[in-house]
Amino acid sequence: MIELKNISKVFPTAEGELHALTDVTLTIGDGDVYGIVGMSGAGKSTLVRCINLLERPTSGQVLIDGADLCAMDQKALIAQRRSISMIFQQFNLLMQRTCLKNICFPMEIAKVKRADAEKRARELLDVVGLPDKADAYPAQLSGGQRQRIAIARALACDPRILLCDEATSALDPKTTRDILRLIKDINKRLGITVVVITHEMAVVEEICTHVAILDHGRVMETGTVEEVFSNPQTEAGRRLVYPDGVHIAQLPAAQVIRIAFNGGSSYEPLIASLAIDCGVKVNILGADTRNVNGQAFGTMLLGLPEDPPEAAKAVAYLKNQPNITMEEVRDYHG
Amino acid sequence: MADFFSDPKTAAQISFLLENIPFAIWETIYSTVIATVFAYLIGLPLGVILVTGAKDGIRPLPAPLMQALNVVVNLLRSVPFLILMVLVMPLSRIILGTTIGTPGILVPLTVAAFPFAARLVESSIREMDKGLIEAAQSMGCSTLQIVWKVMLPESLPSLLSGFLTAFITILGYGAMAGAIGGGGLGAMALMKGWALQQFLVIYGAVIVIVILVQIFQSAGSHLVNRMDRRTASGQKKGGKH
Ligand SMILES: Nc1ncnc2c1ncn2[C@@H]1O[C@H](COP(=O)(O)OP(=O)(O)OP(=O)(O)O)[C@@H](O)[C@H]1O
Ligand SMILES: [Mg+2]
Repeated sequence: MIELKNISKVFPTAEGELHALTDVTLTIGDGDVYGIVGMSGAGKSTLVRCINLLERPTSGQVLIDGADLCAMDQKALIAQRRSISMIFQQFNLLMQRTCLKNICFPMEIAKVKRADAEKRARELLDVVGLPDKADAYPAQLSGGQRQRIAIARALACDPRILLCDEATSALDPKTTRDILRLIKDINKRLGITVVVITHEMAVVEEICTHVAILDHGRVMETGTVEEVFSNPQTEAGRRLVYPDGVHIAQLPAAQVIRIAFNGGSSYEPLIASLAIDCGVKVNILGADTRNVNGQAFGTMLLGLPEDPPEAAKAVAYLKNQPNITMEEVRDYHG
Repeated sequence: MADFFSDPKTAAQISFLLENIPFAIWETIYSTVIATVFAYLIGLPLGVILVTGAKDGIRPLPAPLMQALNVVVNLLRSVPFLILMVLVMPLSRIILGTTIGTPGILVPLTVAAFPFAARLVESSIREMDKGLIEAAQSMGCSTLQIVWKVMLPESLPSLLSGFLTAFITILGYGAMAGAIGGGGLGAMALMKGWALQQFLVIYGAVIVIVILVQIFQSAGSHLVNRMDRRTASGQKKGGKH
């Protein structure tokens, strides 16, 4: 378990103190895939670098299974870091070493026998699906392949935690999905706790179980992805989850209701079945929904028919649907 | 033309060249190699410390110490070589017991070249991707492991090309050292050529120096390209991998 307790990080700069993190408290359970999202400059990288103490917090505690990293001496810290691997946006492979030697690197540092290390490295090349790249140099690989090698390297010393700082941000959408799938697979198979730093909500949807929203160095909200995505509690959360926002004040209609999807099937069949089952047509005034692990989350604004009985029928129908909550939008002024 | 070749002075100069050039080449190469090696024995660790010990380095050293190192390096680099040679002569006498001939110029050459080598090393390492060091730290590398296993190997092509630059600069310094009693091709051009008005000897020695520099430069560049794995195009030049 990773516990961050009241972490603050202040950078002294020419223009005075820069509060990159303020009183951040997070608990990340074993086996979680924990997303930390926020806008650029929110402090995500700083936060993840605090987990392995690449960045020393100005105040607060970093507890890994109860052991306080900040209180450790250099030697203990170095040992601890071997169980916390990290992958990066720019891969950070050693360009003068072959892929095999790159994967061997952390084992070399940990003084694993060379033959054993190479054997393990070849196994890992299989795990990441690049068994034929042992003798290639990183410069000869594509971005996605480089990240796979970086992942293999990260797994070399059997870590318990994998930190990913924008690990897919330099990759195209398809490669991103492949890499995320690989990470998810590793999480499931090996039970490694994964911390994913990203500014892309799609990444969180794809693999995370939990998410924390970071804004200006503060944690705004945390929870399971389902909770946070279906019903973000804070302005920062809404801004991230629904960047295109639903601006009620600009929408014209008589009676408006808002329905929230809490993880049923997709929203389109619902509107269709509303029309078919009870013959009521509603206007979709705005929708911001997204698919998380095949389930629909989000909110939709519906303009009900002018005719009161029709409107009542629609409301009654919607109330009976599972996984939907509904509220009337009272403060709506056409 | 016939006059020129039948001139006994010409014949004497040619035979002088043929007789003495091989040894002069040997002296030049040997003094350059030794001075470059010694310059790097001091310059390489010093260059590494200039990077790792800096305020933003992986093992910051006390600021006054770093300032002192920088001042020494800058000072030695700013003194013109010939003047430095004269200044360093006493040191040469203490270390090697002589201030003349090829051994006599080894100490001044080394003293003149190590700060240069240190700066070359420093800039080679600085141009390395910082992300690699961060990755190494995240894997639990100690400072020494980062230097040995990441910094130096990853900047090897750049270090080698710096080494080549240093080698050729030192070869040039060595030729200048002929003016105050060194040996080798430079001394031959100055002492036997210029001083005795033997222009063929001057040209002969200078041409050999130019050819030597060309050979080392192209052989060195070739080696550097072979070792550089940082670009996919470098691989092809580097042969099969
Ligand atoms: N070493 C440093 N010195 C001074 N300021 C820093 C340092 N590192 C980060 N910062 C500042 O701290 C803030 C948070 O930076 P951080 O890199 O953690 O953001 P981020 O959320 O990762 O952003 P991005 O999505 O762009 O990577 C920024 O304002 C940044 O300028
Ligand atoms: Mg970042």
